[in-house]
Amino acid sequence: MDPKEIETMIARGIPDAQVEVRDYTGGGDHFEAIVVSPSFEGKGLIERHQLVYQALGDAMRVQVHALTLKTLTPAQYQNRR
Amino acid sequence: MADIIEKIESAVKENKVMIFMKGDRSFPQCGFSAATVAIFEQLGVPFATADVLSDPELRDAIKRYSNWPTIPQVYIDGKFVGGCDIIREMHETGELEPMVKAVLAATAHQ
Repeated sequence: MDPKEIETMIARGIPDAQVEVRDYTGGGDHFEAIVVSPSFEGKGLIERHQLVYQALGDAMRVQVHALTLKTLTPAQYQNRR
Repeated sequence: MADIIEKIESAVKENKVMIFMKGDRSFPQCGFSAATVAIFEQLGVPFATADVLSDPELRDAIKRYSNWPTIPQVYIDGKFVGGCDIIREMHETGELEPMVKAVLAATAHQ
């Protein structure tokens, strides 16, 4: 799977999200994603990750072996810089 | 099907920190499982593990139980807390240790 495909899927599921996905082994099945979205506001980490997993649907079970997730609100993202 | 859910429920109830992982604590079979176990080893708290690789039915059931598609899965005091990324993040922010210790202290006083 191409990281761009994953970005597209996440962005489709969470329309207000800024998504950046990196394939960190080059093998097309281990990815690292940073997802920044105002819709994470007031949500715990479990709920945030669930939103991303939902956006990925079956791809998460079949094509993606590993996905390291960082889910941030825009304010949290600013603070990291 | 009902049996396996009962098995999961009793495992998360009996063990205040319960980790469903690939492999076991001495020989984790996946980097994410290994990283998760390492955090709890570092905290020095008691925890139990179940190997989903040796039990395909469990591997499937645990994902449905928590509605969470990945392994490892950590349960503290019977509640699903997260996978590797969440545990790592909670450890980095310093939230994890007091949470685990509070649960263990409450149990000790019962």
